[in-house]
Amino acid sequence: MSTVTTPETAPAPAAAPTRPSAPRSTSSRFTEAAANYIDERTSISGVVKEFGRKIFPDHWSFMLGEVALYSFVVILLTGTFLTFFFQASMAEVVYNGSYVPLKGVEMSTAMSSTLNISFDVRGGLLIRQIHHWAALTFIAAIGIHMLRIYFTGAFRKPRELNWVIGFILFILALAEGFTGYSLPDDLLSGNGLRIIDGLIKGLPVVGTWISFLLFGGEFPGTDIVGRLYSLHILLLPAILAVMLALHLVFVVVHKHTQWSGPGQTKDNVVGSPILPMFAAKAGGFFFIVFGVIALMGTFFTINPIWNYGPYDPSPVSAGTQPDWYIGFADGALRLMPPGLEFELWNRTWSFNIIIPVLILTGFIVVVLVYPFIEAWITGDKREHHLLDRPRNAPTRTAIGVAGVLFYAALWGAASSDIIATHFQLSIEGVIHVNQALLILGPIIGYLVTKRVCLALQKKDREIALHGFESGRIVRLPGGEYIEVHQPVDEYERWKLIDYNDYQPLMIRPNARGQITAVQRFRAGLSRWFFEDRIAPVSPKELESGSGHH
Amino acid sequence: MARKSSTANRRHPLATVALIAIGLLFTGGGYALFSSTATAETSTASQTTIDEGKKLFAANCASCHGLDLQGTGEGPSLLGVGAASVDFQVGTGRMPMAMQGPQAMEKAPQFTAEDTEALAAYVASLSPGPAVPDESLLDGEGDATNGAELFRINCAMCHNVAGAGGALTEGKFAPALTGVAAVHIYEAMVTGPQNMPVFNDKNLSPEDKRDVITYLKYLEKNPSPGGYELGSLGPVAEGLFVWIFGLGAIVALTVWLTAKSN
Repeated sequence: MSTVTTPETAPAPAAAPTRPSAPRSTSSRFTEAAANYIDERTSISGVVKEFGRKIFPDHWSFMLGEVALYSFVVILLTGTFLTFFFQASMAEVVYNGSYVPLKGVEMSTAMSSTLNISFDVRGGLLIRQIHHWAALTFIAAIGIHMLRIYFTGAFRKPRELNWVIGFILFILALAEGFTGYSLPDDLLSGNGLRIIDGLIKGLPVVGTWISFLLFGGEFPGTDIVGRLYSLHILLLPAILAVMLALHLVFVVVHKHTQWSGPGQTKDNVVGSPILPMFAAKAGGFFFIVFGVIALMGTFFTINPIWNYGPYDPSPVSAGTQPDWYIGFADGALRLMPPGLEFELWNRTWSFNIIIPVLILTGFIVVVLVYPFIEAWITGDKREHHLLDRPRNAPTRTAIGVAGVLFYAALWGAASSDIIATHFQLSIEGVIHVNQALLILGPIIGYLVTKRVCLALQKKDREIALHGFESGRIVRLPGGEYIEVHQPVDEYERWKLIDYNDYQPLMIRPNARGQITAVQRFRAGLSRWFFEDRIAPVSPKELESGSGHH
Repeated sequence: MARKSSTANRRHPLATVALIAIGLLFTGGGYALFSSTATAETSTASQTTIDEGKKLFAANCASCHGLDLQGTGEGPSLLGVGAASVDFQVGTGRMPMAMQGPQAMEKAPQFTAEDTEALAAYVASLSPGPAVPDESLLDGEGDATNGAELFRINCAMCHNVAGAGGALTEGKFAPALTGVAAVHIYEAMVTGPQNMPVFNDKNLSPEDKRDVITYLKYLEKNPSPGGYELGSLGPVAEGLFVWIFGLGAIVALTVWLTAKSN
């Protein structure tokens, strides 16, 4: 409170005596004056002081969200470059650029300008490829960031809302990706749009109307690229940026979570402050991420539209797939068994589209609201700032693995044709195996994961109580053989024993003395969650346990 | 007696043979002139080559295709398939098959070029069919733009826009077209091997076929301007790459950055 100087000026007096020969440089005096000038007019020093002292703990998995953020920055930078040259128009032109096998072919201006970016704008192809690789990296990074949050329980109170915001960011990123994929108006993107058109038309009653509204008439029309462009560069990025800002504000407000460990409690955060340590590290890390993406853009072709050629509704290439993040939806369509349609009242009633759409919507909604579901089942109203090791929440981890396998089966199905050709299998076989995996995979994955978690917990308990097996066998004077166990040190042991112990909820009558069906249901779920559990080692057990051998 | 037949002797003893030969040549020539697929059917194989082919056929092919090419339960009739078909199937190693399967697999050719030619000549000598195409159609000097468009419309749905191949039903597949000799591409279009449809000369003229070959050779000769193609497999390969190598590298770097120095 005593000082109102900004952190930048604070070290100056301390630094001065170490370099007595040099008078205070002009730059340092300038910094001081400038900082003072700005602070007197904005009172920003309070914010800088508060924000600069935010602590970020150090663990590799905490940097995955940063990867997403930095790839988004790369997308913004390269995307801006691309807008200078891309023309979102579907007017027909005759291509007359540098790429020989397309010379003289009629195509839309969108396609032609994308080809010009690739072949006639200096650095255009590099920027286009960086943009696309960054988009794939962005969404993949969001994916593993979400998995980290899920499996460590970082979505629990007070962070449930931030999980929801993060998930909306994920959906927005998918929308950004898909609209971008559709812009060049090449054969691949046109076929992707055709599938989306089919999905929309498959919705009962409203489908055809929505499709005509979106495309401005019959597919493909002449409007869609322009409309998707407005969404891609204006509306979606704006919403995304706002949500992203909100997401980060919440991270600051909630403070970062951390692993349990010596000196790391639920009331503190141990790590480096934003200024200067974390900011410097993060700045460097940004360039590392940018560098990796730039390397991919330099050496690996992505979306070679010159091979695909302009969109024409008649040809479809073998191996036509969406980008990876839409793969799960494509896979859901492929896994749908045939024959789910009939004729009634002179109409064909098809359920081939609406069923996968409903299943996917259901899946997305469950993931979106999972924090609230778990909080309701566990009845846990405490704040959690310490992360769970995945094994210490066996049921949650098992549900997560089941969800991942469900997604993976859908995802794998989207590449069924590539799997079939490259492993010399029949495509029908691949589809049937994926159909079985979609149902059985999550069930088996759930059961196996839960058992593995419990086994790992048992092992932790064993190590906490009796130490590591040292491999040294000793014969006692009486003839008995024992293996010497080496006790773990206290720091290690703390990590093994510090976790929450839950009990299944008791059914309690409400104020009117009744036990409602909802309560029974909730108690049932709670039993399912916590019936099988390994209790953490208690201090009493530790005392009596360590002297066992 | 010898005097009596002096008028008859005015003709050379071989005149009759020559006359028949000339007559046949004209009829044959006329037939060839009026037949639209004349160039495809003329074969200039010598009788010795045909005989050689007959022996090879009897030893290597007849157990499935029959001694008279009539076919058996194990293999189809080869009447009318032409030299092009034999040159394609044998020249790419698909025939003789290693085993029955969804479709004959490409492998190292089992016959020398001369033996393949002899087999082709023998099969072509028994019934008309498409011949091995002329060199001028295989030079890859046609119109790549036209070839690319024809390829996208006619071929890409099975072979993929970049000729990387694709899946068909029941374990069958359209093979990748990179590294395939121009003559085999042409023959495949004319004869429609395995599950491939026939693209006859009315459907795709010989010049169109030449353009298609030109485009495929263009793709082969000009590596992707964007860098390594990842098999030209499209978004699946790109997605796999970004997860394994892109994100893999970045995650490895995060682990390295947060590692505690010892």
